[in-house]
Amino acid sequence: MNHTTQLPDRRSVCARNGAATAAPPPAHARARRRPTSQQWAAWAFLAPVTLYLVLFYAYPLYRNIDLSLRNYTVRSFVQGDAPFTGLANYRTVFDDPTFAPALLHTVVFTAVCLVFQYAIGLALAVFFNQHFRLSATLRALFLVPWLLPLIVSASTWSWMLNSDSGIVNAALHTVGIDPVNWLTSPSWSLTSVIIANIWIGVPFNLVLLYSGLQSIPASLYEAAALDGANAWQRFRRVTFPLLRPVSAITLLLGLVYTLKVFDIIWITTKGGPADSSTTFATWSYQLGFGNLLPAFGPGAAVGNLLVVAALVFGLIYVRVQRKQASS
Amino acid sequence: MNSSARQRRLTAAALTALAVAASATACSSGSGSTDAKGAGSGTYTIWDPYPQFDKGSAWTKLLDKCGSQAGVKIERTGFDTSDLANKTLLAAQQGNSPDVLIVDNPVVSTLAEAGVLTTTDDNKLDTSKVDPNLLAAGQSGGKTYGTPIGANTLALYYNKEVLKEAGVDIASVKDWKSLTAALAKVKKAGKKGITFSAIGTEEGSFQFLPWFWGAGAKLTELDSAQAVSALSLWKDWLKQGYAPNSVLNNTQTTSWQEFASGDYAFSENGTWQLANAEKVGFEYGVLPIPGAGGGNAAAPTGGEFVTIPVQDDTGRYATSQKLATCLTSTDNLYDTDTTLSYVAPTSEVQDKQVAANAELKPWIDAVKSAKGRTSDDLGTTYPKISEQMWKAVQSALSGAESPEEALAKAQSAVK
Repeated sequence: MNHTTQLPDRRSVCARNGAATAAPPPAHARARRRPTSQQWAAWAFLAPVTLYLVLFYAYPLYRNIDLSLRNYTVRSFVQGDAPFTGLANYRTVFDDPTFAPALLHTVVFTAVCLVFQYAIGLALAVFFNQHFRLSATLRALFLVPWLLPLIVSASTWSWMLNSDSGIVNAALHTVGIDPVNWLTSPSWSLTSVIIANIWIGVPFNLVLLYSGLQSIPASLYEAAALDGANAWQRFRRVTFPLLRPVSAITLLLGLVYTLKVFDIIWITTKGGPADSSTTFATWSYQLGFGNLLPAFGPGAAVGNLLVVAALVFGLIYVRVQRKQASS
Repeated sequence: MNSSARQRRLTAAALTALAVAASATACSSGSGSTDAKGAGSGTYTIWDPYPQFDKGSAWTKLLDKCGSQAGVKIERTGFDTSDLANKTLLAAQQGNSPDVLIVDNPVVSTLAEAGVLTTTDDNKLDTSKVDPNLLAAGQSGGKTYGTPIGANTLALYYNKEVLKEAGVDIASVKDWKSLTAALAKVKKAGKKGITFSAIGTEEGSFQFLPWFWGAGAKLTELDSAQAVSALSLWKDWLKQGYAPNSVLNNTQTTSWQEFASGDYAFSENGTWQLANAEKVGFEYGVLPIPGAGGGNAAAPTGGEFVTIPVQDDTGRYATSQKLATCLTSTDNLYDTDTTLSYVAPTSEVQDKQVAANAELKPWIDAVKSAKGRTSDDLGTTYPKISEQMWKAVQSALSGAESPEEALAKAQSAVK
């Protein structure tokens, strides 16, 4: 339905683009004048966004790659004469004893957060789709974690999980469980930041999946019910498959957001103790800014690894979508 | 056709998603380049790490006063202290350095290494009155890169009421052994022993240094037996419950808040908490940090240096020097250090401070025996050593490694 209404519009875009690439420069203009002026107008309309993208995305990305390929010391950073060293910074990063744990933590952090955020988000979305009384109010309340500034929620988590004066340990104490060093024990710190990050990410999944659910026509559920499908079968055979496109984009965006999570980890544990909650994002910051003597090169190299990881998953997503579209 | 347009849109979506990731990781150049040159040559810029002082404060009034004495207009920006080093590096890269820069002392050698700062030979700043142990933090390679505006250091605050309850005589606390014994008594009395900051940042190293130096260890040898004994002391306090586990995540401010709750007998904290100490609502005292076998341990010096960054227009130095001299003149030092709750860097002003407030005496003694972190010509190797040191402290206190293992690993990582 959507496709048919948009089709003519898209065709005209394609046609115009075709003209843009095929059209010769104005000097060689043939009899057809109109496309040329139209073309100029098109470029004029395109200019602000292109300029914006170049200034704020392309240039920083280029600078980051450039930083990672040169040997920057504080001196050469200021003088701007850092020697080109190829992949030396990447080799430094790969050989660093922090690399393996940071990679593992990044993978575990991202995977566990995504699974739980998606599962809880989907469960809540299905739940709120029932349209019971107060469902709108409750749904709005679930958005609170998303609306809070990250520094506020991260500081709050850090207080709640404090070993000695935190409310979580106080609650555990009342039910007779020994206090846990949530943020200061190497075996718990990663779990703690994962829990905090899941809490922050659930509303995002809830909102996207809820809006996805609303686009599923009610008649399908009626038909399924008439065929004798129970609630689980309706979810399994109707809701889940029809939600697949929304799920895919939710997971992709969630992945990008989770890969780069920095605030919550830095504020609660600083990546420690003993690197036990260090991910690539915090490691990159630690290298570039966490020390009196910044190591910009390796810091940028770690940042670029993150960008590449996000790129890989972005391409996988595009590929999967293409396959689905052609089938 | 339909699918190709769709593909394009999906690619765009994926690229946008990427851009979000990229903008988070890409370097944040440019944000620091506030218009440092100002409007005319009659405007001089000053950057300081005192964002807590706003327009009406004594500090900004002093800056304006010094400006009008030198016949120029002052444009002042206050930065968060942890931001200032990177902001300065970026500004220098853009040729936008401030005329006068007031910066935390361990950063001076890094900025000097970067070629951002002028030496006192170039800018003719007079540093002859300054205590040599304080000035050492701003010296590297035989050159001096600025003059301290004030100094602070660490000592032990103690809660007189808690100690009385536990039956501890503070005069008996002379070395590590007697301090640990006092902590044991306090714990027995149902109170908490000591709180400090062992966080995984420069702050953690700063707080560990008095114990490290107090054991006789050297920064060039992190895995010495003395260093292990200092780390074992802290580790033992945690194990025995004399110090809370939260020290691993404590900044000096949060550790102060724990002390201010009134439950703790001791707190390792700095001169800058003196004003807050008056507000805690219990009687407190101050004790220099004891060395392992008695005597006072050398504590690291804190506090800022007034420096004059390199400019394209070298003609500006003369006025910048006038501004810096004005800021560090005897009268102005006294006022500034009183506002900042710092110890003055010259004996002349220190005497004046003690005359006005006798409670400053232990602090002035502590500052006199204090040591710069970048002293001993460590310069820019200090940041690397410090990072390994705080990591070792974190590893040992969290139980990931024994003190010996952690420090041995730290030493091999520095090399």
